[in-house]
Amino acid sequence: MRSTVPLLVKLLATAGFGILYIPVMMMMIYSFNRGKLVSVWAGFSTKWYKELWYDDVLLTALYKSLLIGFSSATISTIFGLLIAIAFLRFSNFRGRLFLSLFASAPLVMPEAVTGLSMLLLFIAMEASFGWPSGRAVDTIMIAHATFGMCCAAVVIQTRLRDIDKSLEEAAKDLGGRQPFVFLSIILPLILPSIIAAWLLSFTLSFDDLVIASFVSGPGSSTLPIVIFSKIRLGVSPEINAIATLMILTISALVMIGSFLVLRRDGKK
Amino acid sequence: MHSLLQKFGRLLVIWLPLGWLGIFFMLPLVEMVNVSLSEARRAVPPYNPAFQIGKDGISFQPVVDNYLLIYEYWEDYLWPAVNSVRLAFFSTLYCLLFAYPMAWWIARSNKSLQHILLVLILMPFWTSSLLRMYALIGLLNPNGVINDFLIWAGITVTPIQMMQTDFSIYSGMILTYLPLMILPLYASLVRLDNSVLEAAADLGAKNWDIFRTIILPLSMPGVIAGCLLVFIPAVGEFVIPALLGGPEQLMLGKVIWTEFFRNRDWPVAAAIAIILIAIIILPIVYARYQDKESIS
Repeated sequence: MRSTVPLLVKLLATAGFGILYIPVMMMMIYSFNRGKLVSVWAGFSTKWYKELWYDDVLLTALYKSLLIGFSSATISTIFGLLIAIAFLRFSNFRGRLFLSLFASAPLVMPEAVTGLSMLLLFIAMEASFGWPSGRAVDTIMIAHATFGMCCAAVVIQTRLRDIDKSLEEAAKDLGGRQPFVFLSIILPLILPSIIAAWLLSFTLSFDDLVIASFVSGPGSSTLPIVIFSKIRLGVSPEINAIATLMILTISALVMIGSFLVLRRDGKK
Repeated sequence: MHSLLQKFGRLLVIWLPLGWLGIFFMLPLVEMVNVSLSEARRAVPPYNPAFQIGKDGISFQPVVDNYLLIYEYWEDYLWPAVNSVRLAFFSTLYCLLFAYPMAWWIARSNKSLQHILLVLILMPFWTSSLLRMYALIGLLNPNGVINDFLIWAGITVTPIQMMQTDFSIYSGMILTYLPLMILPLYASLVRLDNSVLEAAADLGAKNWDIFRTIILPLSMPGVIAGCLLVFIPAVGEFVIPALLGGPEQLMLGKVIWTEFFRNRDWPVAAAIAIILIAIIILPIVYARYQDKESIS
């Protein structure tokens, strides 16, 4: 049957992969350019990478992004797991409709709308009872966790749906009690999807520019915010270098995550 | 005792996420509606809340001024809305054009190649769109890689203007959203039964006829899902029009940003956000309706 893939299809598909990868590849190559001018190749050099280490603004932003990424991904994964359990293990409960609406709507909401609406709420809350006072790491973390838990719930649900319910029933028949049955039998089975959900929530948080721009305050710029303001000033080899490092790191995480998911699926 | 504990645990599992999403997702939207119905003023915060709980009790005095303002200055606000829909629509079409062959190719490959190709599709999706757009600028700039090549090859003398055009927007959209189109297409194409295609070929059907009468109709759910997955985020896109577009490629996401950060007109920004939500809900409702039709 492989012979039925016509040449035109192959050409278009190759072009598609080209569109996805050529811009990033070129950027990575030019990050090793010695010259200041981006388009003129002036020889190989790693000096732009070295310069990153002395850019305090960039390093502070990186630290904040990592902090927000770790904490929001952890909250996202825990709540995402709860949402998945509520949907697949509790048949009918009050609020099911609301939960399914609340857990899916953030996925289709434009980032600018999510960011704006959250900021307006934070400001109204601050005016009413003084929390959160100003906007900083904690507001960005809350915003990212809210969005991330919906994505995490989707990832965990696809795996949890495949777990045979009779496994749990058997454990219960043998005298197991509920939270312990879940923790000792189901949790290990869905662990790959939980890791994948954490990795995905982390990358979403780490990459986010728009929501973070709205809910961040002065002095709490994350890495994407700093990079965005640098890009506004023009293309520079330094951004090439930091972008290359970020893309390579995220790609490594995604590779681990997707192989965890795909390997499980492949075993079926 | 144990059943009480279990009941409590069950309530916790449901109400923790429900409470969180209610407070940090639903309440903000309600507050946004409130702000969009509030009067703008020069103060901190720059609006006079329509809904207030004050010393003299609860008051609710909505004004529609902000929506009227959007209507009055339709060139500044509704034109970007039309433009968002136009750019998102054609971006969806172009994504489909490239995604369909890619999904088909992946679906027809053997298992191990399939895994590698799927990871290759997933990887760009999870890396930052901001950084990929930045990489694209490096290609499309007047002194970027493509223009340098064209001038070196003698095809043009002066650089071709590619940035701040529809072309740069579409390139950015394809680069960002292609994976979202491929995944549902792949999911529906991989389920296609080979024997059906073989039977059609044995009976003398040409490739094109097989595609038109069998493959395309059977992959329609994937096409619709993919188009929704691309169109919906594309309409509200901010990074792409902000970095790759000019004044002609204004989109709603960018207008909200400008209204809020530069003009500090929060009520109008909130009103535009609500219009954007309305634009997004339409195709979702349409798809739901189609789903119900096909079931019944």
